[in-house]
This record gives sequence, structure tokens and C-alpha cells, in this order.
Amino acid sequence: MIRETYLNALIMALLLGIPLWAHVAGQPFTITLATKVAILGLAGVGLNIALGLGGMVSLGHAVFFGIGGYAMGILAHHAQTYTPLMEAPLLIEGTKFMPAIWLVAVVVSAVVALAIGALSLRTGGVYFIMITLAFGQMFYYFAISWPAYGGEDGLSIYVRNEFPGLNTLVPIQFFAIAFVALSLGLILSHLIARSRFGLALGAARQNSERVQTVGLDPMRVKLVAFVISGAITGLAGALFADLNRFVAPTMFSWHLSGELIIFIILGGIGRLFGPVVGAGLFILLEHFLGGLSEYWLIYVGAILLGVVLFARGGLIGALSGREVAHD
Amino acid sequence: MTEPILRTESITKYFGAVKASQDVSLELRPGEIHALIGPNGAGKSTLIKQIAGNLTPDAGRIWFDGRDVTRLGTVARARAGLGRTFQISSLAMEYTVLQNVVLGALGRDGGVMRFLLPAMKDKALVAEAEAALDRVGLIDLKSTRTADLSHGQRRQLEVAVALTLRPKAFLMDEPMAGLGAGGSKRLTGFLDTLRAEAPILLVEHDMDAVFALADRISVLVYGEVIATGTAAEIRANRDVRTAYLGEDA
Repeated sequence: MIRETYLNALIMALLLGIPLWAHVAGQPFTITLATKVAILGLAGVGLNIALGLGGMVSLGHAVFFGIGGYAMGILAHHAQTYTPLMEAPLLIEGTKFMPAIWLVAVVVSAVVALAIGALSLRTGGVYFIMITLAFGQMFYYFAISWPAYGGEDGLSIYVRNEFPGLNTLVPIQFFAIAFVALSLGLILSHLIARSRFGLALGAARQNSERVQTVGLDPMRVKLVAFVISGAITGLAGALFADLNRFVAPTMFSWHLSGELIIFIILGGIGRLFGPVVGAGLFILLEHFLGGLSEYWLIYVGAILLGVVLFARGGLIGALSGREVAHD
Repeated sequence: MTEPILRTESITKYFGAVKASQDVSLELRPGEIHALIGPNGAGKSTLIKQIAGNLTPDAGRIWFDGRDVTRLGTVARARAGLGRTFQISSLAMEYTVLQNVVLGALGRDGGVMRFLLPAMKDKALVAEAEAALDRVGLIDLKSTRTADLSHGQRRQLEVAVALTLRPKAFLMDEPMAGLGAGGSKRLTGFLDTLRAEAPILLVEHDMDAVFALADRISVLVYGEVIATGTAAEIRANRDVRTAYLGEDA
């Protein structure tokens, strides 16, 4: 058994080391794969706050991923066509400036998460799963039927957005942005898990009656967690769209919501690095098995089955044992 | 006479045609242990749920600490100072014993929207929690996972969590259940001293404990309080003997 902290450090070292090596060796595609792992890992870190810490099985987190994606797509589209988003009552122009795009992605995702959470948290269990799925489908079909922004075909952004001091078109530099974003997401997730808020959230997952009895409102705690969760996944969506320089309704699809859950289960539910390991494994499988067969997801299914049956703590749990209580 | 901390005013609750509570008026006065007894199905649980805020009475009012709390939910009543323990332990089972009690201290403190500093390193919360564990005799088990505790220990833990809330009144639903003779005796001794801190409304099946502890006893039968009085008065009451102790008068 490896201590979880060492294991986490090893994962970070690999995620940083492999693209650096690829940069030196002149293999930009490997850097792109690592960037994808970092970004999808970040989306999973967001979901893990709702699902792992708060026990809210959201099958609609693609909503926030897609909102982040479209925040980038819409703003950059207006910037590249030199048309303002709106003129009256006040003039809003598009932008290619990443920090501004991220801010919009995070704020809009958070507001939508507040609305979806407030409605969905009235239910529990399987109904919560279904209502979040329903919201996901609404956003998906809305995006398909919105011709102004490409409808089903999506939006292409010709040049990657800008970040001061960096040339974002150089793969290793864009990777650096994604890696820092992931690191900040992980730090935030780690702090939240141990904080007063995290203690109440974990208790709300286990027993909401207990939380009420000490005079705290479990629904309020869960709703705030859902908002934070959605905001982080939204940021990941903006980065993902920038990685591909393309955004399409598939970012809202429930397959993506499902994949985010798969990352977490593969890596270990509620474990800090679970989503990162899960995303890494998923993308490696996609890359290597996808080359062998169109039906590579069959193997993912088999692995998922194995994890659920024999390694409940996911890969992190299998390598480092049961989570220790932090006190 | 001093104002009661908790008062139910003719509360009535129906489930369909069944009257689960019928015109129940109870008072919990400062410094007392008021025991609520009654045969199974008498409506004790329904009454407790109305006092705690899980159920709203169809008629009547509930006063707590000078306020009408009839329409308030469980969270608001806990915040108002009602410290509850459950008939079937209701704890965060994956947490350690200490984490459960720190949660109680956090509930009292109220500052839950803090995201950055570790809760288990918050000296004030942990000190409060450890003091409570020490009082119920669980301090040596503070790092044990709650799921690994015995039923009796879980009971003690619930009392410890309630202590951290520094409530104005305790609402205890069968705290002796599953304790065994020794544990039951120890808890009886503890509750005996606790009444000076805050009065206790005690639902209990352990009659030895009830008669040893209670300043006053109310007897609930078919949702109705048929008698309220001291232990001696209740023992001598003919209605109670007929209805509850199962004797022909």
C-alpha cells in the first residue's frame, strides 16, 4: 500500500513529466493528450465535489461543461467576426481574452447550477439522477436548435484565445494553463473537503437528519456545493473548447455527463485525485484501444465492472487503501 | 412559578381517522426531568416529532423559550436550542466519533460557510467536542469510526453531540435502549446531573430509570395524556394502573 499523498504526488509528477518529455522529444500529440487529461480531470474534480463529497449523483454535469464551452465559443465567435453580442441597452462585445472568458464561464455555470440545484435537490436518489439528466437533455437540444451559434454543427474558433505573456498555440504553453487550472481545482477541492463546510457536507451525504439536528440546513450546504461543483466543471468546459478550438452541442450530451461519473468511479469516489486518475485511464484507453477497435468502450465497460465489483475505492483505493479520517 | 421552557398547548394530530395526538398539553420546566411514558402505539413518537419539528400539529401550538415554534422546522428548532437524541441512533456513520461531535460544535457555532481552514484543526470546536466526549465517557474512542461503535456507545455519542449544542432543553427518545445494566445506571447518574444545565423531556421504557430520575411523569395512552404527576402520584393513579401497567383496578 502506498500512502495516498505519495500516490497523488506521483500522479502529478507523471502528468507534468510526460508532456515535458514530449515537448523535448517533439511529440505535440502526446502533449495534447495530457492537456485533455488535465482538463477532463478538472471537470471531474468539479463533479467530485457534488458526487463524492456531497453524495449528489448528477447525471447532468455536461450542462456546466457545455456552458463553459459555449461561453468560450460565443465570446470568441463575436470577437472573430467583429460583431457585438448585443448593442442595446448596453454594448457587449466578444473577447479573445482567456481570463475574461473563464470568468463568464464560471459565473454563468454557477448561476445555472444554483437554479438546477435548487430544483433538483427537492428530490433525492434516482429522481435526482433523472432530473439532472432532464436538464442536461434540455440544454443539449436547445444548443442543437440554436442556429445563431452553429446549431448541430457547432462553432469553430480559428485562433486559440489569448493569455497575457503566453503563446497559447504552442501545445506545452496551453498545457501549462490547463495544468495550473487543474492544480488550483485540486487545492480548492482538498481545502473544501477538510473545511467546516466540507465536514457539514460529508455529514449531509451520510445522514441529513443528523445535520438538521445540530441546527444546520443540509439542503443549503448541498446547494452551495452543487454551485461550486458546477462552476469548476464550467471552467473545464471553457478550457476544453479552447483546446479543440471548437464547440458543439455534444459538450452538453449525457454521454459526457456519464463519462465524468465514470472517471470518478474508476479513480475512486470522493478521493481527491480520483477524477484525474480516472480521466487519465479513460483517455489512455481511448487512445490505445480506440486504435484497435471502434468498439473500445466495451473494454472500458469491462474495467468499470471490475472496479465496481472488486475495487470500490477505485484505482486510488486499490493502491492506497481505505481513506483515512482526517483528524 | 417559573415559565416553562417548552410547552405544548392542546396539540392534536390525525393520521387519517386515527387520532395520534389528542389535545396534548405538556410543560417542561427549568431544572426538571419530565418523563413521557406510555404503551407501544400510544403516540409518543408522533408527539416527539411534533415537538422536534418533523411533523406539524393539525391543531394547537408549541411554545419554546417564550416563542411560538409551531410552524418552525427541525433546523430552526435546533437553532433555537432544542437538543435532540434519537430512538434509533442517527449519526454520520463514516465519520469518527470526534468528527460527529465537532459537527455538533459547528452547528452551535453556525459558521458553516467557511471553505478554507480545516475543521478538525479548529481549536475551539475540537476543545468543545472533546469536553463533551469526556463527559459521556467516550473520549478514549474519539478516533474510532462511528460505524464500529456498539449501540450503547452510539447512544452516548448522540448525547455528547447534543451537549455541544448547549441546548436550552433536551429531547431524549429512549436514551437507555441497548445500554445494558451498567451503562444504563451510568447514564441515569449522568442525566441526573444534567437537569441542572437544561431540563430534559425524556421518553423512556426503562421504568427503573424513569422512576429514579423523573421529577414529573406524563402518561400517554391512545394519544391522550391521562395523567401527569410525580412518580408517587403516577404509581398511585388508578387510570394509569389500568391502562398502562396492565393491572385490573
